[in-house]
Amino acid sequence: MSAGLETQGLYKSFGALAVANAIDFRLERGARHALIGPNGAGKTSFVNLVTGALRPGAGRILLGGEDVTSLPQAARVKRGLVRTFQINALFRRLSVLENVTLAIAERDGVAEDFVRPAGRHRAVIEEAFALLERLGLAEEALRPVSELAYGRQRMTEIAVALGLAPKVLLLDEPAAGVPSGETATIVDLIERLPSEISVLIIEHDMELVFRLARRITVLVQGSVLVEGTPREIADDPRVRQVYLGERRHA
Amino acid sequence: MPDARRSMLDAFARRHRLHVLEGLPWGVAIAAYFAFPDYLALGAQILAVIIFALSVDLVLGYAGIVTLGQAAFFGTGAYTAGILAANGWGEPLTGLLAAGAMAGAIGLLSGAIILRTSGLTLLMQTLVVAAMLYEAANKGGRITGGSDGLQGMDVWPILGKFRFDMFGHTAYLYCLAVLAVAWIAVRALVHSAFGRSLTGIRENVTRMHAIGAPVDRRKLVVYTVSAVLAGVSGGLIAQTTQFVGLGVLSLERSGTILIMLIIGGVGQLYGAFIGVPLYMIAQDRFSTIDPTYWYFWIGLFMVLMVVFAPGGVLGFFTRRRARRDKP
Amino acid sequence: MGDFLSIAISIAFHGLALAMVLYLISVGLSVTMGLMGFVNLAHGAFAMAGGYAMTTLMNRYGAPFWLALVAAVVIVGFASLVLERVLYRRFYGGGELNQVLLTMGLIFMSVGAATYFWGPVAQPIQLPQALRGQIDLGVRDFPVYRSFLILCGALLVTALWLALERTRFGVRVRAAVDNLAMAQTLGVNTSRLFALAFGLGSALAALGGGLGAELLAITPGYALDNLVYFLIVVAVGGLGSIRGPFVAALILGVADTAFKYAAPELGAFFIYALTMGLLLWRPRGIFGPA
Repeated sequence: MSAGLETQGLYKSFGALAVANAIDFRLERGARHALIGPNGAGKTSFVNLVTGALRPGAGRILLGGEDVTSLPQAARVKRGLVRTFQINALFRRLSVLENVTLAIAERDGVAEDFVRPAGRHRAVIEEAFALLERLGLAEEALRPVSELAYGRQRMTEIAVALGLAPKVLLLDEPAAGVPSGETATIVDLIERLPSEISVLIIEHDMELVFRLARRITVLVQGSVLVEGTPREIADDPRVRQVYLGERRHA
Repeated sequence: MPDARRSMLDAFARRHRLHVLEGLPWGVAIAAYFAFPDYLALGAQILAVIIFALSVDLVLGYAGIVTLGQAAFFGTGAYTAGILAANGWGEPLTGLLAAGAMAGAIGLLSGAIILRTSGLTLLMQTLVVAAMLYEAANKGGRITGGSDGLQGMDVWPILGKFRFDMFGHTAYLYCLAVLAVAWIAVRALVHSAFGRSLTGIRENVTRMHAIGAPVDRRKLVVYTVSAVLAGVSGGLIAQTTQFVGLGVLSLERSGTILIMLIIGGVGQLYGAFIGVPLYMIAQDRFSTIDPTYWYFWIGLFMVLMVVFAPGGVLGFFTRRRARRDKP
Repeated sequence: MGDFLSIAISIAFHGLALAMVLYLISVGLSVTMGLMGFVNLAHGAFAMAGGYAMTTLMNRYGAPFWLALVAAVVIVGFASLVLERVLYRRFYGGGELNQVLLTMGLIFMSVGAATYFWGPVAQPIQLPQALRGQIDLGVRDFPVYRSFLILCGALLVTALWLALERTRFGVRVRAAVDNLAMAQTLGVNTSRLFALAFGLGSALAALGGGLGAELLAITPGYALDNLVYFLIVVAVGGLGSIRGPFVAALILGVADTAFKYAAPELGAFFIYALTMGLLLWRPRGIFGPA
């Protein structure tokens, strides 16, 4: 059975700096997988490479067994590969509801309709609103994103991603920048994600990682250092050194 | 679903509905026909240029593409209609279609080449396209009349019946009719799901890519549609004034249409209907008082506007309403 | 063959002179755009102002060429500092559209103001005796004025390069162009840096406008008529670069002269086509960021 997402020998360098050094990675179907590593390890670059925002120097990317290496970002999204951004990338001046309807409209192909008024596509609007209700964002549906508390904006970011009906979901530091009082809802949401979705979380917050992940990959300077269950990773001396070593320099 | 939520969704879904105020411009236009019989020629030009401003609003206000080269399409339309009329084919409606088609072709071709860039590079490329066409028209004297302009246009009566008269009656109604058609098309486009996605492209193009939108294709489509509209506008000007000068392709033309749109307000559909008449009437009045220094005053106005009222007339009202609505 | 070579040399020479003028005027724009991220379409107005100031001092007040030139540069430089502080500063980091609109408005104002004060005709310029006539540069005779332009340009380019590489000001400019946030963290007073860079760039533009008054006529429409050329130099050269606009100005100056000579019926068409091609090949400019 093919993996939800797989990379083979993924390589990318900027000049002399290799941000991805022949990375072999497997995200199983239905996985709850975390990608951790010190700053500058190349985690976000990995996500950019996998989603198609960045072109690799070498290597293959397989989505559900299909080779998508040469496909543009939009095509991968259509095949169910969805990401969220570490720093919110939302339509800040538009309402929460509009943000999600735009995503669903793209998914459904409705966005190609240039004749009928957008409001006529009631199904899209209803689905978007239902999603917002499930995420507890219904109250603020018509408010512009910029007016929401940061934690709620993060939720909107995830809502948009979910609206695309992902098969593989890449969450880039979902709790980043969120005040500690608001992280609980986000964590809760991630825990409640449907089990069919393969989820890869990039995180710095170890508590979150150990709570949500069933497998962890440690990335250091563009290479996979070690991969295993949370227990294995916690006990691994090399991982401790990578993080302890960092702390000593701090 | 509770009633409050249902009505909220209904409101969201009905944003495209015609509002009573939207009939206002048409009422004014028709009233003006009867109230200002001496100014119908100017009125016809205003109506034609509104189409041009709408085309810029599509590309700039809705898709967020900053361009200084819209005159390329306006001018192409003007010269196409003009050259046809000066060389034996003076039928206005087909001439107008040809104008739009030619401009659209230029838009499609140039857009396919340059829209992959952004920022200053894109701005430059739009300038360069317009400049190239300007040079071509300037040096192509045998066809275009060069710097003297295209003379000898003979435009036939519309539908064989409505002759273009000296007072501009036919021209005014002709332009009004074409504007109505253009407006219906633009309004539908802007309120459609496609139009909403354009807003998305303007607001956050990274996010649009990340939701699987074919951004480049969408930009090219709106760029081409905008070019067609600009070409129609140029064709109208050519047909109703029976003259085409190099100015239709100039940087100044691109700059002034931008100014007109900004005065009214960008990205709100009706900015064109406010900004164009204000500018052109002011310019007309000013030209009787002090023609040479128009540029100084309009430039000053521009600067003050950008500093104090960047949203234009419509922006001013939207902000006031927002302040009033805040709890 | 000798004839062709002679023509080629003549074109290269005149092209080089034009290139120097274009460079002088445009280098300030390149730095402004690369440093402050500000699309200053009205940059040409500073060159125009320099030209008008110089010719007015000479024609109306009988000032000698050199004095008028220096005075013009100083006046425009200071005026630009005021403009930067009062107006431009508000729009750094802002949307591109507002910058385009603001500076378009300024261009229009410059056209109107110039028409008001000096009328629509190009300003006559009287070159000093020292710059008139021909000079024998060994191979053949060249106009003194253009030779002087080339010499000036070369000296200034070298001075700029040295300033950029060797002085603290230059280091700060380069750092800020490269990474503004970082430069600020390192303690660079970016607000003062911007003002100085802007003033210097405008002063250079005034110098170019004054010196180049015979090549680019001082008319009210100057800022608008020549805008495309200045932008070409900057866009093709690469924003924030000092070297890039030099190369771009060379290409543009020589190409423009060559085409005007060899194919005048096509005018600037090929220049624009060449520009489009260059920008497609290198969208960020020849020497722009990768």
